[in-house]
Amino acid sequence: MAVLPMKKALICGLKKNRKRTLEYLQRQGVLEVSTEVEEDQIFHKMNVLPSKAVFERNGAEAEQALQVLKSYVPEKKGLLSSFAGREPLKLKTYEELASRHDEIMKKAGRVLWLAKTVGERKSAVPRLEQQLQELEPWSSFDLPLNFRGTKTTQAFIGSLPRPVSLEELAGQLSGCCQGPVELSLVSSSKEQTCFFALCRREDGEQMDKGLRSLGFVKAPQSREVPADRLRQLKGELQGIKDEIQSYEEEIRSFASSRDELKFVADYYVMRAEKYGVLNDLIQSQNVFFITGYVPENQTEKLEQDLTQRYDAFVQFSDPQETEDVPVVLKNNWFAQPVEGIVESYSLPGPGEIDPSAVMAGFYYLLFGLMLSDAAYGLIMVFGCLYCMKKFPNMESGLKKTLKMFLYSGISTTFWGIMFGSFFGDAVNVIASTFFNRPDIRLAPLWFEPVALPMKMLVFSFCFGIVHLFTGLGVKLYCSVKSGHLADGIYDVVFWYMLVGGAVVYMLTMSMFTEMLGLGFTLSPAVGTAAGAVAAIGFVGIVLTSGRESKNWGKRLLKGLYGAYGITSYLSDILSYSRLLALGLATSVISTVFNKMGSMLGNSVPGAVLFILVFVIGHALNLAINAMGAYVHTNRLQFVEFFGKFYEGGGRKFSPFGEHTKYYKVEEDI
Amino acid sequence: MSIMENMGVVLALLGAVIAALAAGIGSSIGVGMTGEAAAGVVTEDPSKFSKVLVLQLLPGTQGIYGLLIGFITLTQIGIMGGSADISLIKGILYFVACLPMAFVGYKSAIRQARASVASISLVAKRPDQFGKAMIFPAMVETYAILALLISILSIFGINSLAV
Repeated sequence: MAVLPMKKALICGLKKNRKRTLEYLQRQGVLEVSTEVEEDQIFHKMNVLPSKAVFERNGAEAEQALQVLKSYVPEKKGLLSSFAGREPLKLKTYEELASRHDEIMKKAGRVLWLAKTVGERKSAVPRLEQQLQELEPWSSFDLPLNFRGTKTTQAFIGSLPRPVSLEELAGQLSGCCQGPVELSLVSSSKEQTCFFALCRREDGEQMDKGLRSLGFVKAPQSREVPADRLRQLKGELQGIKDEIQSYEEEIRSFASSRDELKFVADYYVMRAEKYGVLNDLIQSQNVFFITGYVPENQTEKLEQDLTQRYDAFVQFSDPQETEDVPVVLKNNWFAQPVEGIVESYSLPGPGEIDPSAVMAGFYYLLFGLMLSDAAYGLIMVFGCLYCMKKFPNMESGLKKTLKMFLYSGISTTFWGIMFGSFFGDAVNVIASTFFNRPDIRLAPLWFEPVALPMKMLVFSFCFGIVHLFTGLGVKLYCSVKSGHLADGIYDVVFWYMLVGGAVVYMLTMSMFTEMLGLGFTLSPAVGTAAGAVAAIGFVGIVLTSGRESKNWGKRLLKGLYGAYGITSYLSDILSYSRLLALGLATSVISTVFNKMGSMLGNSVPGAVLFILVFVIGHALNLAINAMGAYVHTNRLQFVEFFGKFYEGGGRKFSPFGEHTKYYKVEEDI
Repeated sequence: MSIMENMGVVLALLGAVIAALAAGIGSSIGVGMTGEAAAGVVTEDPSKFSKVLVLQLLPGTQGIYGLLIGFITLTQIGIMGGSADISLIKGILYFVACLPMAFVGYKSAIRQARASVASISLVAKRPDQFGKAMIFPAMVETYAILALLISILSIFGINSLAV
């Protein structure tokens, strides 16, 4: 249980080793860089932001190329691939690949160019296809479509938007044109009739008017004979399609370079980060300085490596109290998984203890109590174990979360056995429906909350009191440790006396014990003693909770207000009734599904229905209730438990490291 | 048998159904509201899916509590097998016992959804504050749980009354 102590590091290296030193620091990921040394005549900062921008752009391009590649050749990914984490990369492989980064970047550029060109070509296809479609009805016509007539004749080439026969057309045109008209049908379909009309030049105008009144549309213009033009267009279209195909083929051929592209994307991200650090470095002609925070347990290794390998000078000092020191948590295997939960609330502020260790046990127990089904617990345990086994490179944050669910799963199994729940009452339902043995049931090791809800409620409250008092205990521990014993007594011991005394006093009243079904009532003598203890606590609180005010009147008023805080204890304890509610929700919903499944009784369709309802129903129930248990366990920890002693406000340690997406370079010298 | 003789079981069933109905409607409205907000966030950043999903589902529990009360009542009054012989007084008592869950479930689901929507927009802007964002809607749920508690205790209590 600890917040790792931090050291302030001052590293002074030789400029000729700058690149290697920085890369080493980046791979180690143990130094959070802070810029403190000011520029002067000798030491200057170097502006490398333009190069950083170039690296960022390159990284983004490689990423885009990967996206393109993904859309052409999807990667085979399992359902659980999001657990996989980054692949480790040997330093040697890294250096080999890094030396080829320009070459790989060219590939990325080529992929992007190809994708862009394919896009452009593709947009040309519909235009050509439309032209082809327009020309298709004219394919048998043997004059160029822009033929206007001879010296004495005028030609009209076009279509009417409906099916018309030659006779009809001649009839309709005879009214508007006195002279002879030569008509020939080119093609006719449901949508349009294409025809060629020839008349004397002097009749042209009238003919034009007449045709227009019928809805005449001119044929698409082209200098060639339609058949030739069609062949030409088809050739063009085929050419574009071939081109698209060959380009796409080429993009697909880059699938084998996917890993290289991933590498180069990471490579540039890392370089950009490195240049971000470099930009803030103070450098003279031959040396450079880095300052920053290092966790104490890493200092020795860091100093050794840096001095031996890179001839650097390293000095560690304790950070000053006023500094905003970043926080790293370090816990044993049991408490480590809940570090993420603490972090999602807030990391410990200056001088605060890390609550992970105290809350870990409660976390698992509370989660188990809320889900409380042995089968669900086992599913969680094996699911988490399977994922952790299958993906050894999993990122540490995810691994912690999975471990947390693993331990919570064990606790869920435990409480499931205590309360006799295995997929709800599935054992009994299956035995009585399909084997006609209603006597077989999974007996609870302790009791069944559905049958004895009152008992479960009392247990929940007791658990809550223990949880709250532990929180107060931590506060006492902190006060004692920091030498404020009096504060500890005022803020914790008096509350222990008041709340504890009140609870014991209630147990002496038969009204409460009967209501809670406890089966015992403490004797009145105990009640008197408990009442006295509670009264001392109350008086203590009234006298001390306003202790920062000098004025006694004000102080007492503040004290009374402080004692009013007892109501918040009442609501805190009542809040633990959610243990009962969520536990019942799990078991009742599983009972509902089991009942639904067994409705058709002992028959083949009955068994099929049962299996279907069972699988879907319990999967749903597990998902919903595991989520509910997660949310409400967090709530009890954050609001009820942390509210007693923990404030947080620490800043997360964010070291200079490899914030990559695909690979993690290993130190293997 | 006239309807008056069976009024007890009718009223008890009415209570069970109202608890499931009102709480279910509240939760559907709530989960619908939060779903819209969550979908909006995922359009911008698909990686936040798992976080906003948790927030979306928070107002869904009231519906489950309603179901729970409904189901417990059904088993207690013998509709799920057994004799459905309930006196008028008991019927009224069951009806009344279901009301806290019905009313509080309905309203708290919607209010919780509004808190959830606010938390979803919080997560959209500051994903690192997810732990806190989850707490605000969970606070509202306390009252649904308290109502559930009263309803459950009443229903179990009525069974042993000699009326």
